[in-house]
Amino acid sequence: MNDLIPTFDWQQHVIAPWSIDSSFSMWIVLMGFLVTCACGLVGIYLLLRRMALVGDAISHSVLPGLVFAFLVFRHAGTLVMFLGAITAGMVTVFIIEFIHRQSRVKPDAAICIAFTLLFAIGVAMMSNLETQGSFHIDAECVLYGEIAFVALEPPLLVGDAEIGPPSVIRMGAVLLGVLLAITVFYKELLVTSFDAGLAKSLGMRTSVWHYGLMAVLSIVVVAAFEAVGAILAVAMLIVPPMFAAQLSDRMLTRMALVVVHSALSSLIGYHLSLWLACSTAGAMTVVASSLFVLAWISTSIKRSLIRRFASHSASDGEHIAEANQA
Amino acid sequence: MRKSTVGLCLVLLLLVFCQPAEAARISDITETSMTEQVQRFFSLRDPSVRYALLGSILLGACCSLMGSFLIVRKMALMGDALSHAVLPGVALGFLWNMEKDPIAIFIGAVLVGLLGAGTVQLIRNTTRHKEDAALGFVLASFFSVGICLFTMIQNLPSGNRSGLDKFMFGQAAAMGQGDVTLLATVTSVILITILIFFKEFKITSFDAGFAKAYGLRVQLFHYGLMLLLAFAIVSALQAVGVVLVSAMLIIPAAAAYLLTDRLSVMLVLAAIFGMCAGATGAFMSFVGRNLPTGPFMVIAAGAVFAAALFFGPRHGLVSRWWRQRSQTAKIRCENTLKALYRVLEDGDFVQESVTIQEFCEQRRETIEDARQQWKEINKAGFATLRSDAAAFTPDGWQRACEVVRNHRLWELYLTNTANIAADHVHEDAEKVEHILGEDAVRKLERTLNHATRDPHGKLIPSIRDIHAHGTKISAPVRVDDKPTGFGSTKENA
Repeated sequence: MNDLIPTFDWQQHVIAPWSIDSSFSMWIVLMGFLVTCACGLVGIYLLLRRMALVGDAISHSVLPGLVFAFLVFRHAGTLVMFLGAITAGMVTVFIIEFIHRQSRVKPDAAICIAFTLLFAIGVAMMSNLETQGSFHIDAECVLYGEIAFVALEPPLLVGDAEIGPPSVIRMGAVLLGVLLAITVFYKELLVTSFDAGLAKSLGMRTSVWHYGLMAVLSIVVVAAFEAVGAILAVAMLIVPPMFAAQLSDRMLTRMALVVVHSALSSLIGYHLSLWLACSTAGAMTVVASSLFVLAWISTSIKRSLIRRFASHSASDGEHIAEANQA
Repeated sequence: MRKSTVGLCLVLLLLVFCQPAEAARISDITETSMTEQVQRFFSLRDPSVRYALLGSILLGACCSLMGSFLIVRKMALMGDALSHAVLPGVALGFLWNMEKDPIAIFIGAVLVGLLGAGTVQLIRNTTRHKEDAALGFVLASFFSVGICLFTMIQNLPSGNRSGLDKFMFGQAAAMGQGDVTLLATVTSVILITILIFFKEFKITSFDAGFAKAYGLRVQLFHYGLMLLLAFAIVSALQAVGVVLVSAMLIIPAAAAYLLTDRLSVMLVLAAIFGMCAGATGAFMSFVGRNLPTGPFMVIAAGAVFAAALFFGPRHGLVSRWWRQRSQTAKIRCENTLKALYRVLEDGDFVQESVTIQEFCEQRRETIEDARQQWKEINKAGFATLRSDAAAFTPDGWQRACEVVRNHRLWELYLTNTANIAADHVHEDAEKVEHILGEDAVRKLERTLNHATRDPHGKLIPSIRDIHAHGTKISAPVRVDDKPTGFGSTKENA
C-alpha cells in the first residue's frame, strides 16, 4: 500500500511544478479548465432537459464518427474530425428517436442500444484499420485520454510568435464559440429547455434547437476527446452542472459556478495527479466529483439546520399562542 | 419454467465437459488460412476455443437474462452506469493480493457495484437531481476513481498487472478456466434465483405499488436484482469490456421485448439471442485473428435487434406497415361498397345493378377513379362487372349491408346516447363503421332496442336483411315500417 500512495510533499507536488517548468503545468491546467468549462456550460442545458445520458451516448459515438471520417478522407485534420463527430452525433440522436418513436422500446433503452452499437462498430473498424497498420488511436486514449500530452505538442506558430499547443487553442476556440452561442441564443435556449410547450406555442422550432444543441455537444466532445477521452467527457458534461444546480437556482449564477468549479477541479486535480502519479484527467474528474459531494453534503446540512430551526421557531410560536390563550 | 430448467441442466452439463487446460490467446495462432481457422473453430480442438466459446455463450445468457429485467423496469441505463462504476472495485480486488485473482476482483467489483446502486438511490432521494443525472454522476465519478487506481497500479514497480487493461475493451480469447468457471457459477446462480423468485421479480418489476400492498419487500428485491446485475456485469467485464457490457445487457433483451408480451417468453428469447450473439462474437474474433470479441458480439446482437425491429411479427415496422396498408385497402373497398348500396337504396332497391354514371354522381368522383375502385372490389370478389354496370355478389351484398348498418347504428348511438346533434355524427361514423366488431354491433343493437331507423330516417339493415337475400338483391324494406314523413328527404346516410 505504501508503494501505491506516495507521501505528500508540498515542495515537490505543489511548488515545484510552477517554479521549475511553469509553462508545462500551465498548459495542462488551462486545457483541463477549458475542457471542463466548455463541457459544463453545454451540460447545464443537458441537465435541464433531462438528457444527461444523451451526452453519454454522444460522447461514445464520437469514436465511430472519427474512424469513419478517417476512412472517408484518409487523413485526420481538425475539420475532418469535427465533421465526423457532428455526423456521428446527429446519427446517434436520430437512431435514438427512431427506435423510441417507431417501436415500444423505451427511450433509456434506445439510448443504450444506439450508442453501444455505434461504439462497437467504431471499435471493430478501428481494430480492423489497426491490423492494416494505417491508423492508430490508442485504445486507452479513447477511454480516458491523456491530457499531459498537450504540453508536449509542438506549439502553434503565428508569424514568429508561439501561441501555444494546437489542441489548447482549438479547445479555447470551441469554448469561445460555446460562450458566443449561449450569449446570442440565451433566451431561445432558456425557453426551449425549461418549457418546450411554451416554446412551441411561441412559434419556435424546438427540434431545430434540439439538434443544434446536439451538434454543439458533438463539437465540444470531439475537441475534449483527445484530452479526456470518451467517458471522462461524460463526467465533465454532468458533474459541473450538477454541482452548480446543487448551489443555485439561477441560470447565470449556475454558469458562473460552472466556471469556478472547472477552475478548481482542474487545478486541484493536476496536483492530485502529480502526488498520486495517476491519470491527470482521471484525477481532475475525481476532484470535480468530490466538489459535488461537498456541495451535496453542505446543502443537506443546511437544509436540516433550517428544518430544525423552523421546527424550533414553530414550537416557540405554539408556546406563545398557548400563553396568549391562557 | 420448464424451458429454463432445461437451460440450467445444459449449463451444468457444459460445466462437466469443460476440462482443465492452459489458457491461451486465440490470437496467438497465426499463419493459417481462413478455412483452416473455421475448421479449427468448429472442431473445438483447442482448449482456448472451447473456453472462449463457452465463456461467450454463458456471458450472453447471463447478461441478457438480467437485461430483460432492466428493460421491463425501465432501468436500462442502470446497466450502463454499473458497468462503469465497478471499475474501482476491479482495481481494489487486484490490489488485494497484487494479482489477477478472479475471486478477489469479483468480490471487490460486486461490493463497489452495490455502492454505486446505493449512491444512485441516495442522490435521487436527497437531492432534486433526476435519475439520469444521478446515473451519470455515479458512472463518471466511480469510473474516474477506477482510472486513477488503474494508472497508479501501472506505475507500481511490483505486481503482475498483465491483462488488467483487458477490462477496458475485453478479450474473450484471454479467458481461462477460472473465468469460465466463474461465469458458469454466476449464470447458474442467476438462473436459480430467477426460477425461485420469478413471481416476486415479476410483480415488483411491473407493479411496485401492488407488490407493496401484497406484502413484498420491493426494496429488497430491487437490491437483490442489483446484486445479480453486478454479478453478471463483473463476470462479463473481461470478455467484452466496460462499455460493451451494457450493450450485451440491453440489446438482446430489447430484441426479445419487441417480439413478445410475456416475461417468461422474453427471458428465454433474450437468453437465446444473447447466446447466439456470444457465439458469433467468439467465432468472428477467432477467424479474424486479432479482432476483439466484444464489438462483434454487440454487432451480432444489434443485427438481431434490427431484425426484430423491422420484421417482428407484431410490433415490427414492416408488418405494421403491411397491416396499415391492408387496412387502408379494406376501408377504400368498404367505402365503394357503401356507395353502391346507397345508389340502390335511392332507387328503392328496384334495379339490380349500378351504372358508372350513377356511382360517380353518388361519390362525386371522375369515371377513371370509379373504374379503379370497381376493379378493386371486383378483384376482392364483392361485385361483378358488366360493361358500365356493377352488381353485388352475395359476399359483397353482405359486406355492404354490414358497413351501412355499422354506420347508421353508430350515428343513432351518438344522437340517442351521447346527445350529439344529428348533423354532427356523420364524420365520426365514417371512421367507426370500418372497425366495429360483431360483438360491439350486438351490444349497440341491444342498447338501441333493435332500432330500425337512423337519425336521418334511413333504414338500418338488420341481420335478417343481411343474410336472408344471399344471392338475390332485393330491398330489405319491411312493410311495417315504410318510410314516413322525413323518410323521403335526402340526407347523409
